[in-house]
Amino acid sequence: MALISCENVVLGYENKPIVENLTFCLEQGNYLCIVGENGSGKSTLIRTILRLQSPMSGYLTYGDGLRKNEIGYLPQQTAAQKDFPASVYEVVLSGCLNRSGLAPFYTAKQKKSARDNMELLGITHLQKRCYRELSGGQQQRVLLARALCASSKLILLDEPVAGLDPKVTADMYEIIKDLNRSGVTVIMVSHDIEAAIKYSTHILHVAHTPKFFGTTEDYLSSDAGIAFLKGGRKNG
Amino acid sequence: MAKIIFYFQNFPTIRYATLALLLISLCAALLGVTLVLKRFSMIGDGLSHVTFGAAAIATAMGLVTPIYVSLPITVLAAVLLLKIRSNTKIQGDAAIAMVSAGSLAFGYLIMNLFPGKSSSISGDACTNLFGQGILGINKQDVAICAILSALVLFIFIFFYNKIFAITFDESFSRATGTRAEVYNTLIAVITGVIIVVSMNMVGALLISALITFPALSAMRVFKTFRSVIICASVISIACAIIGVLVSLAVKTPVGSTIVVADVAAFGLFSLIGAILKRN
Ligand SMILES: Nc1ncnc2c1ncn2[C@@H]1O[C@H](COP(=O)(O)OP(=O)(O)OP(=O)(O)O)[C@@H](O)[C@H]1O
Ligand SMILES: [Mg+2]
Repeated sequence: MALISCENVVLGYENKPIVENLTFCLEQGNYLCIVGENGSGKSTLIRTILRLQSPMSGYLTYGDGLRKNEIGYLPQQTAAQKDFPASVYEVVLSGCLNRSGLAPFYTAKQKKSARDNMELLGITHLQKRCYRELSGGQQQRVLLARALCASSKLILLDEPVAGLDPKVTADMYEIIKDLNRSGVTVIMVSHDIEAAIKYSTHILHVAHTPKFFGTTEDYLSSDAGIAFLKGGRKNG
Repeated sequence: MAKIIFYFQNFPTIRYATLALLLISLCAALLGVTLVLKRFSMIGDGLSHVTFGAAAIATAMGLVTPIYVSLPITVLAAVLLLKIRSNTKIQGDAAIAMVSAGSLAFGYLIMNLFPGKSSSISGDACTNLFGQGILGINKQDVAICAILSALVLFIFIFFYNKIFAITFDESFSRATGTRAEVYNTLIAVITGVIIVVSMNMVGALLISALITFPALSAMRVFKTFRSVIICASVISIACAIIGVLVSLAVKTPVGSTIVVADVAAFGLFSLIGAILKRN
C-alpha cells in the first residue's frame, strides 16, 4: 500500500482553488521533489499533506500505518516572533518531542540525537546562542536539525537549501540522501532543478493543473520537464 | 522589622497567605512567559474581568465561597477566548476588549442590583478589583489557592517541553504529531485557574501585571527559554516577598504593593539589558 496517496485533490484557501486535480502516490522510500513556479502552490501542498490545512476536495490518505509523530518538517518560514528567547539547543531538541508521548522530560537518547544532528549540520558551536540572533542561513540549519530529529519515516522539506552557502548546500543534499537510503521517505520542495534531478526518484511539477508526476527519468523526456529545464538552465 | 516578625509569629493566617501569594506569583510568572510569547497576555487581562463578573454573580447568589462559581465560568471563558483568537474571521483583540468591558459592567450591575449582606458595594467592588490587605484573607481562600496553584505548578513542570514547543512553533508541533490544541486549551485553563485563585488577594485588575511583568523583565536580559523561565520565577517570588513585607510594615494593600515591586524590577532589568547590549 502507498505511503501517501492523493486523489483528485483540490488545494486552496477560502474557496479559491490554487491547484486542481492533483493525483499522485508515494511509496515508502521514495524521494519526491516538488517543483514549480513561485506561488504555484508547493508550500500549500506541503501544509496540506501535513494536515495543517484541509484539501478543498478529493482524498488524501496515509498508508503503511504512517503516524504524525514519525514525520519531520522544515517549514519555508517560521511564525516564531522576533526576540523569542530560545537557544539553538532548545530548538533542535524540541524536534525530538513527537516521540516523547506523555513523558515529561527528554531521554538521554533524545538528547544525543539532538547533539548528533547539530554536529551533522555544523551548528554545535552555536548551541548556546539565541536562535533569533543567528543569520538566516544559520537559522535554516537549526530548523533542519530539528526536522531531522523529528523524522523517522517521512520528512517534508520546504526549500531546505534556501539561504545556505554552496558547501552546506552540497552537504545538505548528501545528508538528505543518506536519510533516504536509510529508508526515510523524502518530500522536498526545491527550485534547484539540477539537484532535484540528481537526487530524486520522483518529480511532481505543480501548477494550477499539475503538469507532471512520475519518475525523474520520465520527467526528463516529458514536455513539462524539457520546457522547465530549459528555463532553469537559462536563468541559472 | 520587629512588627513584621511579630505578625508572622502570631498570625498563622499571615504565614499561609504569604505562602499562597508566593505560589500564585510563581505560577503567574511561569505562565506569563508563554502567554507573553504567544501574544496571549490580553487573554489574561480579559479573563480577570470575567472573574470579576463571575464573583459578583456568586456573591449575589449568597455563596460564601464564590470560587465554586467563578472558577468554572472563568475556565469556560478562557477556552472560548482561545477559540475566538484562533478563528481568524473574528478580531481576537476586539473580542477580548468586548468581553472585558462587558463582564466588568455586568459584574458591577449585579453587585448593585443584589447587594446581599454586604454593607458597602463600592467597598466590595474595590476589594475584588484591587485585592485586599493581607490581614483580610481567610484561611479557606488560602487553602484553595495553595492547592490549585500547586496543581498548576505541577502541570507546568510536567508539560514544560510541550509548552516550549507549541510556544516556539505551533505549526511544526502540530505537523509532527504534538497535540497543540490540547496543550493550548490546557494553558488557557490553567491561566483561568490562576486568575481566579489570585483575584481575592491580588485583585482582578492587577493580576495581568503579575503575569506579564516578570516575563518581560526576564526577557530584557536572558535569551534562552529556560533561563527566562527561571529568571521570571525568581523575580516574581522576590517581588512577592518584598511586597508582603512592605505591605505588612506600612499597611498597604498587598496586591498593588507587589505590582509596584514588579514594575520597579522591570525598570531595573531594562537598565541591565541596555547596559549589556552596549558592552
Ligand atoms: N494563507 C493564505 N491565504 C490565502 N492565500 C494564500 C495563503 N498562502 C498562500 N496563498 C496563495 O496561494 C498560492 C500558493 O502559495 P504557496 O505558498 O503554496 O506557493 P509556493 O509554490 O510555495 O511559492 P514559493 O515558490 O514562492 O514558495 C499563492 O498564490 C498565494 O498567494
Ligand atoms: Mg513556498
